[in-house]
Amino acid sequence: MTPLSRRTLLRGALGAVAGVGLAGCSAPVISGLSTGHEKAGSLDYWNLFGGGDGVRMTQMLDTFRAANPQISLSAVTLAWGNPYYTKLSLATLGDKPPDVAISHLTRMKTLVASNLLEELHLDDLARYGITPDKLSSTAWQAGLVDGKAYAIPLDTHPFVMFYNTDICQKAGLLDTAGQLIALDSPEKFTDAMQKAKAVTNAYGGVVSINGDTATPWRIFQSLYSQLGGQTLADDGTKVVIDDAKATQVLTFLQSLTSGGLFPADIDYQGAIATFANGQAGFYFQGEWEISTYQTAKLPFSMTLFPNLYGGSTYAVQADSHTLVIPKQPNDDAARLDRSLLLIKSMLDQSKTWAEGGHVPTWLPFRDSAEYKALTPQSNYAAAADGAVYDPPGWYSGSGSNFEIVTGSAIATVLGAQQSPADALAQMRDQLTHLSTTASPI
Amino acid sequence: MSTTDAAVRRHRAGAAAPPPKPIHAEHHALPAAGFLAPFLLLYLLFIIGPALYGLLMSFFDTSLVRPGLGSFAGFGNYAEALQSSDFWSSLWHTVWFTILTTPPLIVVAFGLALLADRVRYGRWFFRLAFFAPYILPSAVVALIWIFIYTPGLGLLETALGKIGITSPNWLGDPNWAMPSLAITTLWWTLGFNFVLYLAGLQEIPRDLYEASSMDGATPLQQIRRITIPMLGRTTTLVAVLQVIASLKVFDQMYIMTSGGPNFATRSILELVYDEGFTNFRTGYAAALSMLFFIVVLAVSAVWFALVRRQEKEV
Repeated sequence: MTPLSRRTLLRGALGAVAGVGLAGCSAPVISGLSTGHEKAGSLDYWNLFGGGDGVRMTQMLDTFRAANPQISLSAVTLAWGNPYYTKLSLATLGDKPPDVAISHLTRMKTLVASNLLEELHLDDLARYGITPDKLSSTAWQAGLVDGKAYAIPLDTHPFVMFYNTDICQKAGLLDTAGQLIALDSPEKFTDAMQKAKAVTNAYGGVVSINGDTATPWRIFQSLYSQLGGQTLADDGTKVVIDDAKATQVLTFLQSLTSGGLFPADIDYQGAIATFANGQAGFYFQGEWEISTYQTAKLPFSMTLFPNLYGGSTYAVQADSHTLVIPKQPNDDAARLDRSLLLIKSMLDQSKTWAEGGHVPTWLPFRDSAEYKALTPQSNYAAAADGAVYDPPGWYSGSGSNFEIVTGSAIATVLGAQQSPADALAQMRDQLTHLSTTASPI
Repeated sequence: MSTTDAAVRRHRAGAAAPPPKPIHAEHHALPAAGFLAPFLLLYLLFIIGPALYGLLMSFFDTSLVRPGLGSFAGFGNYAEALQSSDFWSSLWHTVWFTILTTPPLIVVAFGLALLADRVRYGRWFFRLAFFAPYILPSAVVALIWIFIYTPGLGLLETALGKIGITSPNWLGDPNWAMPSLAITTLWWTLGFNFVLYLAGLQEIPRDLYEASSMDGATPLQQIRRITIPMLGRTTTLVAVLQVIASLKVFDQMYIMTSGGPNFATRSILELVYDEGFTNFRTGYAAALSMLFFIVVLAVSAVWFALVRRQEKEV
């Protein structure tokens, strides 16, 4: 018998390694090459919650896992905005969608038009106790397409005002009951900011400007819609910006930063830090940052974004998170059941979700005394009724090109880099270009 | 076996033997093809194939969310791109980024390589220190520098403030955003050119320096007349690699500024991403990338001409 040569030994070892490798990764390889999911009893859930509300979502998912040990839930958190929606769209197109996903209400219509969502039948929903009368009617109606349901609203998240109670106390801005006085005109607002600035010796208020197109859009839209202004019409094919109203809002915003009341160069995290360090008395952002400040043990409260121009009608920028089921490659009743179970569980845990700052749309909780006792979250519950969503259009919605275009222009005004007139011209120009481009959907 | 036998036979045959036949590849053709096949297959499947499909797509109004190629658009996508101010400004931003990064990346790398070459003790430490940033992934580098550039709280602003300089809004000011990204890229990719130059320096024969110093050359003259010319090929390589890599820049813009502020740092590849994935218009994005391909092709043609001229000189 010939002795074992080096060549034979290497060949044998290579074969063994290849065999082990193939056996070990055969399951993922096969599932990667085929459509469908890895194993029975699994559930894939995608969301875009980082930061404060991400913590709450993780809590809710852990509760679901504990109550349903027979389901192996795999939750993936992706970066907010474009990165999330491009991945969700591509995954659904490639027949490897998650079972349940989060979608903003303003983006959901585009997903429906692209045929990427499963229709939710009312009898399926009713089996799990989800009926339209138990959901906030504004959010539910807004999510219907041709009378068919595609999304279950989880919350409405408006733009709100945070205020440091200590600083406001010292500035004399709290009334006898300890609540913030009404700032219902531009003069009262500017006055309050100046008083707060005198106390902090730094700034009166702060809003995120750099590297962030969503927040500048939100603060602009809140004030602009209080004046009754619209931006797009006819499903995004017409630009209907009211120049006078828009200039009024932009000039006001510019006065805040150029007057030293707000920092003119600050990014998202910097704005959070400025308010947390007590260098600003007021902070303007979505309500989801509540968990950040509660963890930092800052003495603060929250209330509706001030009604500077609205008078008797309140309006504020808002969007809603909804739970959707992306189009599945095959009909699997058991998978649908698991998905609906997860959706019901999320709705049942509206209390945890509301603790994260959002205004619940699940009426059994929203109308309960428990929610009313939850402060400061219940302070701004009325914002859900005055919610102004982004105008419909294929390029519009949260984190879309519409917000990037408008937010970029508004940020230049806040950052004192462009005059309101130039920024408005730029915005109108770019939106007109988008509105005249043929829809790819 | 065949080489030595043939040579021996020729020697025995004498001076009148016919010139030796070249080693023909007959016996090696099949194994060679076998070794190349896996790579060729993957190359065709993942690079050539999609590139050709992209070329096809650019003539249609292909959409990300609709199957198939969509309606025929002819040269419509190209016409729209060439008339779009977004395209020209993105191209300019990319070119500006290339101009901002390429000269420093060549000059500073060369300078550091010279210094590291002359260090007597601890040369390994300097090689490690200057090369280490290069092994970091782009996301890590971007996050580190976002912290450094943070307005109000960042390291750079605090450090410059201590010596009395008020720093600009690094990532938020349209005039400073691109230079800030260039500085980040300089720190990150310097190591690669540095290592190339260091290797090139070590190949220059020492006796050239000795001979020149005997003739009375100053160190500066030595650098100008010996080092730089001898490093000519390395410099050409570094320059072209650098220019092509700078033209393809995406990561820094995408992570650090998202193409902002107010689109001031949007590179051409980021425009392709915005149009193709955010706007769902993959046909138009394919046309943009084809136009960009022509630009890169032109740059490569310049390199090819340069290298061929250098090869002829040697």
